[in-house]
Order: sequence, then C-alpha cells, then structure tokens
Amino acid sequence: MSERRDEGSDDRRGNPVAFRGRGFAPRPVPGVGLAVFVILIAAAELGTRTGWISALTLPRPSAVFATFVDLWRSGQLWIHLVPSLRRILVGGSIGIGVGVSLGVMIGLFGLVRAGLVPLVAALFPIPKIALLPLFVVWFGIDEASKYALIAFGTFTPTVVATFGAVDNVDRGLIRMGQSFGLSWWSIVSKIVLPGAFPGILSGLRVSISIGIILLVASEMIGAEHGVGAYILEAGALYDLERLFTGVALLSILGLLVSWIIDLVERRFLGWRG
Amino acid sequence: MDLLIENVGHSYGSVEVLREVSLDIPHGQIVCLVGPSGCGKSTLLRFLGGLEEPRAGRVLTVGEPPSDSLNPLTYVFQHFALLPWRTVEGNVRLVLEDHRLGRAEIDAIVADVLARTRLSEFAGALPKQLSGGMKQRVAIARALAVRPAVMLLDEPLSALDSQTSELLLDDLVALWTRQPFTAVYVTHNLSEAVRLGHRIVVLSRRPGRIREILTVDMPLSDRHLGDPVLEAHQRQLWELMRDEAVAADRELLGE
Ligand SMILES: Nc1ncnc2c1ncn2[C@@H]1O[C@H](COP(=O)(O)OP(=O)(O)OP(=O)(O)O)[C@@H](O)[C@H]1O
Ligand SMILES: [Mg+2]
Repeated sequence: MSERRDEGSDDRRGNPVAFRGRGFAPRPVPGVGLAVFVILIAAAELGTRTGWISALTLPRPSAVFATFVDLWRSGQLWIHLVPSLRRILVGGSIGIGVGVSLGVMIGLFGLVRAGLVPLVAALFPIPKIALLPLFVVWFGIDEASKYALIAFGTFTPTVVATFGAVDNVDRGLIRMGQSFGLSWWSIVSKIVLPGAFPGILSGLRVSISIGIILLVASEMIGAEHGVGAYILEAGALYDLERLFTGVALLSILGLLVSWIIDLVERRFLGWRG
Repeated sequence: MDLLIENVGHSYGSVEVLREVSLDIPHGQIVCLVGPSGCGKSTLLRFLGGLEEPRAGRVLTVGEPPSDSLNPLTYVFQHFALLPWRTVEGNVRLVLEDHRLGRAEIDAIVADVLARTRLSEFAGALPKQLSGGMKQRVAIARALAVRPAVMLLDEPLSALDSQTSELLLDDLVALWTRQPFTAVYVTHNLSEAVRLGHRIVVLSRRPGRIREILTVDMPLSDRHLGDPVLEAHQRQLWELMRDEAVAADRELLGE
C-alpha cells in the first residue's frame, strides 16, 4: 500500500507532528514602520479633504507639509531648531553623563548605593515640569534653567537604568578578571562597562525621549526661539498647521534618536547571542 | 612553586563547609579533588586562588613562582567566563594588557597559546560563534597565556558533552606532557580524575574533610580510555564515594 495520500489524511505511516514552535521571535520586517505612517497620514489627508474630519479638529497633512516647506525656505526652521538642538544636547549630555557616572558608582560601591538609591527613588516620581518655575528662580530665565530642567529630567531614568545594568553584569566575569589579577580600573572599563552597555543604551532611549518632552516644556517659559516656543505660539493662535508642523518636528527628532541608537546597537552590540 | 593547605576550615553562616583540610600540591603534579556535591570543592579552590579567605587555617605558597609567570595562580572556570564582546584573540589579550609587555611580545604570546590549543584559525571569532569545547579551549589558552605556576580548574569539562570532553582531556594531557604544569583539578567525573590525576583527593560530604588520597603512578600519556588499571582505580574511588554520595543526596540544603 504505497499510494500517495492527501496531506492531513490519516496516512497509515502516521500523522505528521504538528508544528507549534511558531512566534515569540520578532524578526525585522522592513518597510512596515514606514507603511504605518503613510497609511495614517493618507487617511488624515483623505478625511480632511472629504470633509469627514473638520478642519478644526485636524489640519490637512498637505497643508502642514506646505507650512513646513515655508518654514524651511524662510530660514525660520533653523532659527527654531538650532537652539532646541543645543538645549537638548547640552542638557541631555549633562544629565546622561552624571546619570551614567553615578549609576556606575551606585553599582560598584555599597556606600554610594546606600546613600543615593533612596534619593533617586524620591526624585524619580517628581514631575520635573512642575519644578520649572523653581529652576527659573535658581538658574535664571535664560538658557541655564532650560539646561538644568533637561539635565534633571534625563538624569533620573539614566541612573536607574545604569545601576540596574551594572547589577546585571555577570559576576562570574568579574571574578574571572580578579582571578587574573586585572587592576580595578581594567575590570571596570573592560568588564563592567561593556557588560552594562546594552542596559544603559536601552535606558537612553527612555531618557532622551523624556529629554525631548522637557525641552518643549522648558521652551514654554522665556524662550523666543525653539520648537517649544514655536508650538506654544501656534497653539495660542490656534494655528493648527503650525502646531502640527512643530509636533512633527519633535516626532522626527524622536525617530532620529531611535535610529541613532539602533545604529549604535548594531555597531557595538553584535556580540549578543 | 608548591602550594600548601594547612588546617583549612570554613563555614558560611551556620553551615560548616570544610573542616581541617591539609594538603600539599607539589610542583609539576596534577591533584584531582573529588567529592559529593556541596562538600566544598569549589570553595577550597577559591581559597587556593585567593578569591576568598578561609575562616580557619591558611593557604601557603612555598618557593617563588617562575620569574616569567604573570599570574602564578590561574583559574579555568566551569562556564568558561569569556567576555562575549571580545574575540578569541581579544579574550586572551585581556589578561596580558595589564602587564607591562611590549606589543610584539603580547602578539607572540597570543599566537603561541592559540597555536597550542589549535585555535589559530578562530582568532577573530566571537564566543557566540564557538562550540562549548572551543570556548573551553579559549579559556585554557587564556590561562596558559599568563604562564601560571599553578592552574586551578573547577569542573572545566562538565559543561561539555562527553565526546568533546574526551577530546579536551587528550588536549590537557598533551599540554601537560609537552610542558608539565601544576594543577588542582576539581571534578565530579571519576574517569577524568583517574586520567589526569597524579593524586586524587577524595573529600567527605559536608563538612568536607579529606577521606582518602589515591596515588596513580601510571604516566599521563600512557593512560587510555578503558585501561584496566585505571578502571580498577575508578571502581575503588566509587566505592569510597558511594556512601557519602548517597548520604549527601538525602541531606536538605540550608539545614
Ligand atoms: N558564597 C556562599 N555563601 C553561602 N554559602 C555558600 C557560598 N558558596 C558556597 N556555599 C555553600 O557551601 C557549600 C559548598 O559549596 P561548594 O560550591 O564549595 O561545593 P562543591 O563541592 O563545589 O559542590 P559542587 O560539586 O556541587 O560544585 C554548599 O552547601 C554551598 O551551598
Ligand atoms: Mg563546585
């Protein structure tokens, strides 16, 4: 009896074992991310053109794009973008730099851990935006208060991510370093920091996004230029096109950060299994 | 350089792990430590390597290590302990970088130990690309690179399948035959112990004490799988350990 049978029929030789190992292994699917944006924007365009979405609820994406082009042509784009980028760069660098350093110290020294972990836990839930007026009083209405707000806001999530990452470094590797007589500094720089790097990097995704949120908040007080000031002004005039242009700029900034971190991960974390 | 263990005893909290262990490890010998699980073998090895201090007794080195030895007491770990972000070569380099060696000298040492462990072709590979046996060979290459006076091996083959560990056992014998080294070799596997050990130290169950020291006179290079003399030694070891192992297996941890 060796005739061929249809699949799934009760073949005398037995039934095929059902495959159940599917899923739980997300693979990159190129183009889908872009498609989601395109579909959403196209839907908004269609909705506003047919009048199904009123012009008061949502601006037409093409009009937002035109505003954006205008902004670019007139040179206003850079006038707003450059100060914003400078603020996020300076503030973010301070916050992340201090955060990573303190996080590593918390991870390495019992005394620092005992002293700072409760403090960080107390600072973390404070909405930093609420402190803006205070920062203005402490650091002045100019740039310093903006840097401070962004630095403070990026600091807390960075510290928490960093000391968590340091805690998770394989103790066996540290033992190995000690057993070969490596210096303290070698162990920290060649074993602890590279081992903590993936965790620190995923912490940075969160910290930088929080930094962008705080950037806008800080520019709502005492800023002539900047994406936040631009959005605030547009909002006050209920100029939806400009409001959305500003919002889109922030989204682009977020995408850019995420893309850069992806690049760094691909470049430096290829060793992960 | 010899190692001397004098009356070492230790407890973790209320759990007594080792009691009055005295042992000497003479130059050029491989001493195997066997004993039931939890009897303190790894703990004793950590004392020997200076990674932990015993509560009682002391561990001494007798005589000077060879002057060219960079790290006299050197470990090979059960789970390899390779840095996953460094290549095979980078992992070996890691342990040389802290010593004041010229670039050329480091290159020469790395090339030499990779050749001795048959890894030269894989110098640029990352640990994730290697099989378990190769990873352990990298760890052995790394240990050889610092020219140890004593190698401390904690179940170096137990994470590997039996064929791979058989091959690696041959590698260790070949390395020793070419250039005898001193080693303390912790293992669960009695056949490994009789293949490698000049002396085999049997520890009792916790608290670990020395029950018996077995001397195997046959030269390492003559010991082969299934040799009747070795089998007899192995049987003898098992007889010694059986009761301890049964008793240890019945014990509740943390009592
Ligand atoms: N750092 C530690 N803190 C507390 N208890 C420990 C510590 N290290 C080991 N122990 C305990 O000491 C005992 C001996 O441990 P050790 O690892 O030396 O045993 P072992 O002989 O190597 O066992 P195995 O053969 O299973 O590897 C065990 O009961 C273990 O639980
Ligand atoms: Mg052990």
